[in-house]
Amino acid sequence: MSHTSHSPSSSRRSFLDRLSATSLSTWLLRVSGGGFLASVVYPVLRYLVPPEGGESAASSVTLPFPPAELEPNSAKIFKFGSRAGILVRTPAGELRAFSAACTHLGCIVQYRPDLGEIWCACHNGHFDLNGTNVAGPPPRPLDAFAVNVRGDQIVVTKGD
Amino acid sequence: MSRARAALTALGSWLDDRIGLAPLRAMARKKEVPVHGHTIWYYLGGMTLFLFMVQIATGVLLLFYYRPSAEGAYESIQFLMAEVQFGWLVRSLHSWAANLMIVTLFVHMFSVMLVRAYAPPRDLTWMTGVILLVLAMSFGFTGYLLPWNELAYFATRVGTQIIAVVPLVGDFLLRILRGGDDVTGATLTRFYAIHVALLPAVTVTLVALHVFLVQRHGMSVPDEVERAPGPKRSMPFFPNFFLRDLVGWLIALAILAGLAAYMPAELGPKADPFAPAPAGIKPEWYFMFMFQTLKYLPAHILTFEGEAVGIMAFALGGLFLFLVPVLDRPKPGAKPSRFFFWAGIAIIVFIVVMTYLGYTADPTA
Repeated sequence: MSHTSHSPSSSRRSFLDRLSATSLSTWLLRVSGGGFLASVVYPVLRYLVPPEGGESAASSVTLPFPPAELEPNSAKIFKFGSRAGILVRTPAGELRAFSAACTHLGCIVQYRPDLGEIWCACHNGHFDLNGTNVAGPPPRPLDAFAVNVRGDQIVVTKGD
Repeated sequence: MSRARAALTALGSWLDDRIGLAPLRAMARKKEVPVHGHTIWYYLGGMTLFLFMVQIATGVLLLFYYRPSAEGAYESIQFLMAEVQFGWLVRSLHSWAANLMIVTLFVHMFSVMLVRAYAPPRDLTWMTGVILLVLAMSFGFTGYLLPWNELAYFATRVGTQIIAVVPLVGDFLLRILRGGDDVTGATLTRFYAIHVALLPAVTVTLVALHVFLVQRHGMSVPDEVERAPGPKRSMPFFPNFFLRDLVGWLIALAILAGLAAYMPAELGPKADPFAPAPAGIKPEWYFMFMFQTLKYLPAHILTFEGEAVGIMAFALGGLFLFLVPVLDRPKPGAKPSRFFFWAGIAIIVFIVVMTYLGYTADPTA
């Protein structure tokens, strides 16, 4: 095993070496170690990783309430697939939608009519009505959704 | 009477023949416990062990009624608290003993740290102890979610999200911990498995090693007591110290029973993943100092996210605690450095102040 030269004769020697008893047992140990990794450790690790799925593929959702239900200067949480979104009607009457998961540590945010801001109670994070983080620990703005009102329906769309 | 005694003696020698009790008996007879001004701290480890045994007993009882699913967990605890005879008592004991165990663990650890009882050959004992502290906190973290109430749900969302700050593999680790992208019923079954199977197995093994090492090296005597002139006092372990230890256990039991009876564990509203986080969301008190520190950090420190820096700092703090016996190696003959004493005091002050602020500072300010 100590051969470092790569001439053909020495590589044949090292091959013969490998057949000697000690090398054989080392080889067996390695193979069974590898076998253990492949047959026990790998399946266990794979088992612990949850399967993909549950993530909603839908890129838009029709909300279960009409636009009239939301007063100015208030907000409602809605389901966007398996995630939560927040629909805000600004004091000026405009509808805006964002992901409701705080960009800090993922708590569900709420609307504070007294401040006219979106607020996360977990670590006192504040976002303005554009979803921009304005105070507290959140490191970036809330993800914004597009809002379209079609008659009596509100449709919220992911991405621009 | 005498016949009963004869039967007992016969049973004793029958066991002795098979197990070999003589060395154990000899050890119990020989074992001495030093007596000095700091002897009181020797009882904290025993109290922690007692509370852990209470946890195993009450935990097994809770398993008879608990159902680990997002649909059934909250309802099964409601049923336990309202319908099952003494159900409220068993759950309250489990909840309070967990809290008391963390208290005694912290006191035990800091008393050991401040008198340098971690010095070799007790360094391994210290290290197993620090791991046991982490395990105890993991018990608390996983157990907190199991009732599936609102407070625990959001505390777990926040607590698990923290792992995502690990560079590169953070999001992957988060998925493994939660059993998906969010905290759901899949998280609950994971935490349940960890709480009732994995952690108990590891903890019982490590407790056995920890207690064995304590027996192996005997009680540590603080340096100043060791250097003091005059004869050293001690008491036999059996029965003198053993009976005093039992008094410690009884005190712990009395406090526990009082707390469980007069301040039973609460349940609160059921978790709703589509409701805003309530304003009073808080973790268990022993995570409060970390939770509160995160609140004070700005969004960005240099180029890093504030909480990433904070969490790395806490991880390094834990590593520092673990390595104290390795770092504190005075030169032979030299007086040991006071740095680790003051580091211990600083950690205690930090934890106390931040915990206090966590409960008093206005969450909306």
